[in-house]
Amino acid sequence: MNTVSPGEEKPIEGSLLADEFIRELVAVGEVDLLVGVPTLNDAKTVGHVVQAAQIGFAKHFPRERTVLVNADGGSRDGTPEVFMSVAVDAPHRLLASQPLRTMHRVSTRHQGSPGAAAALRTIIAAADLLRAKACAIVSPDLASINPAWIDNLLRPIHKEGFDLVTPLYYRHKFDGLLVSNFLYPLVRAACGQRLREPLATEFAFSGRLAGHLLEQGFWREAEDVSSPEIWITTLALLGDFRVCQSFLGPKVHGAKDARQDLVGTLRRAVGTLFRCLEAQESQWSSKTGSEAVPTFGFPYEVALERVRFNRKRLLQMFRTGVTELGSILQAILAEGTLHEIQEIAKLADDEFLYSDELWVKTIYDFAGAYHRSVINRDHIIQSLVPLYRGRIGSFVLQNHNASSEAIEKAIEGLCEEYERLKAYWLDRWTPNK
Amino acid sequence: MAEMIFERLTHTLEEFVAMVVDFLPRLLAMLIVVILGWFIAFVTRFVIRRVLALLKFDAFSEKSGVTQTLTRVGLPPPGELVARVVFWVIWASFMVLGLSVLGIATLQEEISRFFQFVPHIFVALLILYVGFWAAHFFSRAALLAAVNANFPLARLLATFVQLGIAVLAVTMAFDQLGLAKTAVLIAFSITFGAVMLGLAIAFGIGGRFVARRVLEKQLIEREPEKDEKEASPL
Repeated sequence: MNTVSPGEEKPIEGSLLADEFIRELVAVGEVDLLVGVPTLNDAKTVGHVVQAAQIGFAKHFPRERTVLVNADGGSRDGTPEVFMSVAVDAPHRLLASQPLRTMHRVSTRHQGSPGAAAALRTIIAAADLLRAKACAIVSPDLASINPAWIDNLLRPIHKEGFDLVTPLYYRHKFDGLLVSNFLYPLVRAACGQRLREPLATEFAFSGRLAGHLLEQGFWREAEDVSSPEIWITTLALLGDFRVCQSFLGPKVHGAKDARQDLVGTLRRAVGTLFRCLEAQESQWSSKTGSEAVPTFGFPYEVALERVRFNRKRLLQMFRTGVTELGSILQAILAEGTLHEIQEIAKLADDEFLYSDELWVKTIYDFAGAYHRSVINRDHIIQSLVPLYRGRIGSFVLQNHNASSEAIEKAIEGLCEEYERLKAYWLDRWTPNK
Repeated sequence: MAEMIFERLTHTLEEFVAMVVDFLPRLLAMLIVVILGWFIAFVTRFVIRRVLALLKFDAFSEKSGVTQTLTRVGLPPPGELVARVVFWVIWASFMVLGLSVLGIATLQEEISRFFQFVPHIFVALLILYVGFWAAHFFSRAALLAAVNANFPLARLLATFVQLGIAVLAVTMAFDQLGLAKTAVLIAFSITFGAVMLGLAIAFGIGGRFVARRVLEKQLIEREPEKDEKEASPL
């Protein structure tokens, strides 16, 4: 096991990686598989993730050369120390075979800002340097990770020749609403492939894709927005890469993630997605329809904790937003869309309906306004927040008693609406064309 | 005696004719300078309008909200305003230059003072432009933040931010022009102080329970509230 003491490292000229980190990687030598764990103050949870990854290696890839890499953003709670020292006791108890090779672990304090982009870039650079055939990224705060995740993420690349594997989670019907109502359908309509989790923090990629990613210019920008995963997904979907998804089961985060910031998440996820669609406009604008991507893994259902919303509050915040932000929305939305939104804002709670068509037009208007920078781009994204609340309020209201299958059907209907209205999107994107 | 009077009158008349002969070319020169100035100002205004249109200055101003702020107080869009101001400044400069051609000694000092003043006009205009832009930008940012945080007085807060920055910009512009310097600064200080005091009293009396809750939230470790058990709609 190799250790690198944080703080002593200096980057070599023209390299992303610190000298000491490179020395440690050279000592490890070429590997077949790499699992990267980006961390920042995750000492409480990272141990479980390390154990799952290590057992995953031992159980599913005992003959392969493997390494676990930690890119830390400057934790003050001893995360790198926990990462390096956590022990995997009695692997036989977990039905894992004794690995035939040394299982390496390397930790480094990455260069640049403490965000996810710099950590991810460091891990990708390490994978490229070690000529890893397959590399998986896992969150440091996952409570539900198990050794099978490592197999499900890495095997399609290592054995089946895919370039990108994204996860397929089992979620409560009202969990991941930003993904199901916005990110998934929009990426699907743009890229023409039905990839369910375009903004996953767990994914795997091939050495070929790693090399391609390192050549991209989005990293500098991605450091500011902290959602580089969307860039990676869309680059793979729109480029010459084989993409698939793998079922991982339920996703449960540790305590740190309990209460998410809606405005901040929308700014990061939506802003990044709009920017990356803008950069790759020539590749997606001519695509129509969509096709399924290969899916691996064994889907199963478990009882999940109920997700509760205060619908009344969501709708009240929607109405306040529509009233107070009228002049801003006027600059962003098409006249007809704004009129319809103002009309539904007058409806009573039990009659409230933010229809699929209106929601899709709203998103396309926002994408166009963002592309044309009708006002400050950050303000455009923030103006979407009350409308998103309205849509979610309506979605929850409509599907309160719906089964998981019915929800899937509703999401599929929404996706088809996104695809049907793509011409409207292109019209709003560049109105002069 | 009559001869003397005639001689004096002739002398005066000759002096007057000499003065007129001396003054007329200068008057003519002044008129030429003024007309030339008008022509140059006219051409410059035309060029500025075209250049600003090419730079999409009005589109930027509209996006940033400066146009709306100016329209609200009955002024034209910023591009047109700049063109008009430049036109008048150039023409006024030529008029003043024309006056200097007349060679009236008492005006010379005023003329030089005018030319020293011209750069201040442009700096003041720049301050106003940036100030109005900042007022609109931060007012919109405050409105969005307040609405998304479900703050009940979002519009009032945004208006307060916009007015505060706009008044500050106007005060700075007046200060740059040197107009009623002390009076404007005192008026600004009094208004700002009064508003702050008013807000403090209003919050202290009307919102003391809110203040208490806010402080308690910040300082005392508390049990999670009911709505915190609800999921974020993500």
